[in-house]
Amino acid sequence: MSVLNPPRSAGTRKASGRKGAGGSFSAWANRHRKWLFAAPAMIFVGVLIIFPLAWTVYLSLTDSQGSVRAATDFIGLQNYLTVLTDLERFWPAVGRTLSFTGLALAFEVVLGMGIALLLWRPFRGEKWVRVAILLPLVATPVAVGMMWRLIFDPNIGFANQLLGAIGIPPQPWLSGQDTALGTTIFMDVWQWTPMVVLILLAGLTSLSDEPDEAARVDGANAFQRFFFITLPLMMPTVIVAILLRGIDALKTFDILYATKGKGGGSFHEVETLNVYAYGLSFDYNQYGLSSAVLILFFMIIIGIMWLLTMRKKAVSK
Amino acid sequence: MTVVTDSTTAAKRTPRRRKPLATRAYKVFRVVALIVVVLFLLAPLFWMLLASLKTNVDIYDTAKAVVFSPTFENYANVLQRNNYFVFIFNSFWVAFVSTALSIVLGVPAAYAMSRFTMHRSALVVLMARVIPGVSLLVPWYYVFSNLRMVGSFEVLILSHMFVALPLIVYIMMSYFDSLPLELEESAEVDGLTPIGAFRRITLPLAVAGIATAGILSFIFSWNNFMFALVLSGAKTKTLPVAIFDFVSYASIDWGGLMAAATVVTIPIMIIALFTQKYIVSGLTVSATKG
Repeated sequence: MSVLNPPRSAGTRKASGRKGAGGSFSAWANRHRKWLFAAPAMIFVGVLIIFPLAWTVYLSLTDSQGSVRAATDFIGLQNYLTVLTDLERFWPAVGRTLSFTGLALAFEVVLGMGIALLLWRPFRGEKWVRVAILLPLVATPVAVGMMWRLIFDPNIGFANQLLGAIGIPPQPWLSGQDTALGTTIFMDVWQWTPMVVLILLAGLTSLSDEPDEAARVDGANAFQRFFFITLPLMMPTVIVAILLRGIDALKTFDILYATKGKGGGSFHEVETLNVYAYGLSFDYNQYGLSSAVLILFFMIIIGIMWLLTMRKKAVSK
Repeated sequence: MTVVTDSTTAAKRTPRRRKPLATRAYKVFRVVALIVVVLFLLAPLFWMLLASLKTNVDIYDTAKAVVFSPTFENYANVLQRNNYFVFIFNSFWVAFVSTALSIVLGVPAAYAMSRFTMHRSALVVLMARVIPGVSLLVPWYYVFSNLRMVGSFEVLILSHMFVALPLIVYIMMSYFDSLPLELEESAEVDGLTPIGAFRRITLPLAVAGIATAGILSFIFSWNNFMFALVLSGAKTKTLPVAIFDFVSYASIDWGGLMAAATVVTIPIMIIALFTQKYIVSGLTVSATKG
């Protein structure tokens, strides 16, 4: 074996490479198609990620501010110290990011599972429900933000008209310091629950009917069958949905910026880490500080993803 | 003996006796619940459409919430005075070119990654999904403003490709995984080169997958806001950024804003309606793999 193998890995490649100076470019291409195919995309993404990430790490160690072209001084971990001791903007933003993501995900998964179960078995008018589910998903998030802004307007909004009709006093919704974050969570739930529904529905339809049938024969009721048969079988799909949705929810920007503008509103009431970092970079040109925020934010995301992937592996086993 | 017969008859009987009642109650519940879901999802969009057909005076008049005389004034204003045709073209051009280029780069890459199970390489491409966009925007902005390229279509397309390419690689990888290898192998036995087999056998079979990936990538690019907010210029502004023209510090032109929001949303919804099947299969690729 060892006698036969080495020439193949080193010798023939070189030999035919020399031979192929004229006509056998295609032979060379065929032999190296693995990297020929994969490399362009990888180089593209790599250059656009690795350089910026390295640059962000570098910027986070400098006092870069003002113009992007200005010279900067290296100040070590000063930015990280500033950020980590910042109880006014950074830590509240961390809290908002986590509560926005956590609450939105909780509603989306529970509602999504409920709706997916409703859609599971075929019924008349299925097509129409599918259309309704698809429309919020493809709607432009900024437009969606603007739409809710009108609906939740305290004076002319439909939401307060509706509450008024059933005798509930008008609510401040987006304009209230305490209610704004909750209102944006509601918008996220409106737009992205359908995504969770689609993923869970695909998972449900790929389940085998047998365990469910067996439990039915054994006399288990619908709730027992759901909690002891369907849900455990669905756990890997649920975690996939949480992973996919979670990544995007952590990075939510469009709806928050469209509804509350710069800084997440005048009291930073919806300022998540993403909005905070964006504001530091492009509204205040504090590139050094914002880079430190971004590196910390990235570490939080990676940490959460890692935990979820571990959980997924545990569930799959 | 008696125990056995008892349990079998019970098992036979209970579903028959209990099923109709439970099913009927569930059927009613299901219809009501589905109506609530559909209303919840569609009513806001309908409200946006209604407001876009009202004058600003009517929007402020809560008595005219549903009954009013519709006007296309807002649309005329949006499309003519605010020159939205240019922004529609910009959005379309950026989404179209970034999708096309991402397919050219992404499909062969996905094929190689699927065929040779290059999971680690795939991870590099998929990293792009996890990184917060802002952390890329600062260095990009630095480089491109030094090159005096901020505001050009090239930069905008490049940034949108960054969203599109991972999406396409991700979708196409699982699509190629599902295609049988044997077809290609037999084509090679019949004398095609591996690349020839990819071009003549696998690629035609992957058209549906490419359509799925392409449509989704187009939608994501059309809807993208943050990259365009920073990297587009006056001439290359895309629709989601242009919407903000209707919001000023003093007041909001609600009628115009809703018309603009409708103009952004309608094209993508029409595309979605005609390509439902593809969109759903694209969004759910990861679900069944577990």
